[in-house]
Amino acid sequence: MSASIASPAPAGAARLTIRLVLIGAVLVLALLPLLNRLPPDSALYVSDFIVSITGKWITYAILALAIDLAWGYAGILSLGHGAFFALGGYAMGMHLMRLIGPRGVYGHPTLPDFMVFLGYKELPWYWLGFDHFPFMVLMAMAVPGMLALVVGYLAFRSRITGVYLSIITQAMTYALMLAFFRNDMGFGGNNGFTDFKELLGMPLNTDAARAALFYASLALLVVAFLVCTRITQSKLGRVLVAIRDAESRVRFLGYDVTQHKLFVFVLSAVLAGLAGALYVPQVGIINPGEFSPGNSIEAVIWVAVGGRGTLVGAVLGAFSVNALKTWLTTVAPDLWLFALGGLFVAVTLFLPRGLIGLFSKAPK
Amino acid sequence: MTRFILRISLLLLLALPARAQDAFTAALPGLAGGFGDIAASVERLGASGDPRALPLLRALQEGRLQKAGDGRILLPDGARLLDAATGQPAEAAGAEAVRLNNRVRQALRGALGRLQLVSPDPAERLAAAEAVFRSRSAENIPLLQAALARETVPRIRTQMELALAASQLVGSDAEAKRDAVARLGASGSVEARAVLIEARNANPEMATAIEVSIATIERALAIRRAAETLFQGLSLGSVLLLAALGLAITFGVMGVINMAHGEFVMLGAYATFVVQEACRGIPWLAPWSLVLSVPAAFLVTAACGALLERGLIRHLYGRPLETLLMTFGVGMILQQAVRLAFGAQNREVLSPPWMQGTILLPGDIAVTQNRLWIIVFGLIVLGLVFAAIRLTRFGLEMRAVVQNRRIAATMGIRTGRVDAMTFAFGSGLAGMAGVALSQIDNVSPNLGTGYIIDSFMVVVFGGVGSLAGTLVGAMSLGVVNKLLEPYAGAVLAKVFVLVAIMLFIQRRPKGLFALKGRAAES
Repeated sequence: MSASIASPAPAGAARLTIRLVLIGAVLVLALLPLLNRLPPDSALYVSDFIVSITGKWITYAILALAIDLAWGYAGILSLGHGAFFALGGYAMGMHLMRLIGPRGVYGHPTLPDFMVFLGYKELPWYWLGFDHFPFMVLMAMAVPGMLALVVGYLAFRSRITGVYLSIITQAMTYALMLAFFRNDMGFGGNNGFTDFKELLGMPLNTDAARAALFYASLALLVVAFLVCTRITQSKLGRVLVAIRDAESRVRFLGYDVTQHKLFVFVLSAVLAGLAGALYVPQVGIINPGEFSPGNSIEAVIWVAVGGRGTLVGAVLGAFSVNALKTWLTTVAPDLWLFALGGLFVAVTLFLPRGLIGLFSKAPK
Repeated sequence: MTRFILRISLLLLLALPARAQDAFTAALPGLAGGFGDIAASVERLGASGDPRALPLLRALQEGRLQKAGDGRILLPDGARLLDAATGQPAEAAGAEAVRLNNRVRQALRGALGRLQLVSPDPAERLAAAEAVFRSRSAENIPLLQAALARETVPRIRTQMELALAASQLVGSDAEAKRDAVARLGASGSVEARAVLIEARNANPEMATAIEVSIATIERALAIRRAAETLFQGLSLGSVLLLAALGLAITFGVMGVINMAHGEFVMLGAYATFVVQEACRGIPWLAPWSLVLSVPAAFLVTAACGALLERGLIRHLYGRPLETLLMTFGVGMILQQAVRLAFGAQNREVLSPPWMQGTILLPGDIAVTQNRLWIIVFGLIVLGLVFAAIRLTRFGLEMRAVVQNRRIAATMGIRTGRVDAMTFAFGSGLAGMAGVALSQIDNVSPNLGTGYIIDSFMVVVFGGVGSLAGTLVGAMSLGVVNKLLEPYAGAVLAKVFVLVAIMLFIQRRPKGLFALKGRAAES
């Protein structure tokens, strides 16, 4: 990890500007669902598509925040955050499947369609409780959190760092992908979950639901951003940056490196899980493809493009790369992978501090 | 009158030698009779061992055999009909097909089987031995013994001996029966086990001997299954070895993490495809296109590797995480470029004739040739890599640069050039892995992604920077994977292996073969 990446502690006027810009950005985002209510011929009208895709990007931005917290601050480059995101998504998916109830194609009172199709007689034990919303929210945090705790504990305890940790986390998401592709796991196999009907009594394919999910995501983003800011500016944050830059030295100074890393890794996984839970009802489907290692590494590049080690950068990167992706995949689908690959190369070679680096002066 | 007698005697004299050899001709008229006569004739023809009987019975089986109004049997030969007795063309007026019923068909199967036992064609003899084995009748014993006396091909002999033992088992000779049980037990074949299980009920007085034989067979089968699993594991292991060897150089020796390594493997497979297409028009070269594609794939991917190292990776030395992301992007670009150039569908690389088919090792262990070649190829490449590192000047310079770049530079080694060559070498190895993979996997743009994580696991598991570790790591991962597959399925086996490696790294973070001394500190 190069030491040239400064932790953000801009002072005085600069700090105020950043705050104003951020508050402005949140307000603009918050306006989008309202503008969607205008008549379609109005100049300020925002289409359903824009609202739903922005809502999706907000969940991506939360995932980017989570990755940045681990990578940009503690130096843990996880290539498996997509797995935490997907696990949160699956928790939400299970809840939504349970809420379909007897409205499925087969009309079974409790079993989701795919289980009837696969010949299940009753719900597997790990599906119990998912019909309750609070339980689902708990699971969307606990499952990714526990996985991160176990993997992180095993890895950090053995001082597996750098690329080794990256490869291990990549293997983790790869293994989960293979496992979730299996039909007998009880998670819908290849097809995953879809055909959701409602959430919290609200039919999902309505403007109101779209707006509600949008605001929920935005609220989570704001909260996550504030929490991460608080953490990074606290003493804990300083220790994390120190671990990133000189792990052995921090260890010799008497800090428990394993615990610090574990804390930030688990928090990051929980955040990713919540983001995934909000993502699924907005896109209406979750399948094992979300676990693919490519997804995780793509999320890492959002952070790299925006500027790692700055929370604003992570959010900015998630929005800008995904905006580019949406635009390019409609204009020239063949070129998107070239562009994404090119981004990986260009950012690492020429923009190590990301887009944010363009705005701030290079530190001495 | 005397003239008449003379004539008769003359005729008889002429006919006698023909008569003597001719159980065949004698059996023919029966074919024109009722079903019972036909079946009897068929059996006599089968027992005759006459070479003319085989085509005749075949024609009968296929319903092509004709009988004329006067009882002559007519054998179709292309458009004509031949008199079966004389072999002369005959007119077809009033002829009708000889009909079959189940009794005749049954007789036919036995007769054909016996005739084929002495056929000049080895494949036919083998098929006949198998057929006789299945039909199992005591009357085949003398035939089998006669055929065995003449048989020289070992595989057919084995099958005939099995058939003989199975036939003796249903015979009446108690001594031969006991002997047959022992021989069936020694054969270790699945079919023999089925025969024995059937015989167990029919011969309660020999139940113990039969049980012993069945147990013998089951032991042999277990050993064979284990050997075949081991072979499959080793062949999977050599695929992993090939894919991981290049990584052992670029990641293990140089410390450069190249996520585009899988794409280099894929490029090697496409190079194989291109060479195959180029050789397609040249008949004498076509079977050897695979051999040609080994250097071709090596050169193509080595050139790509050198370009990548000089153009991009060089600027990121000492920043492994950035290198990881950057090379992942390069891999993405390569994949998409190949997808646009060759299409997203799978391309077919054919196995050359000398790589197709299956070899039976002693003990009936079936080994597919192309997998065997991959094992051989993997070991050869490993040997070459070892030699290149240990014995050549390039290897010496490479080790020098890895151990101490500055001192190496002061000794006059152009470290930049060595870096490029080392990376090119590792990438070229990936290309050669692609040649091997093209034989067992679909050649598609995302061929490499399936192997990259496994290869990294091999390198991490075996110990970074150790060729022996790479070999042992690859082989043990391959074998463990195949061992788990019957119990857990292919996917879950993979998951188990990944989890096991993560736990293993807990115990030995530096892998199986940890480097000692100065090199271990980096």
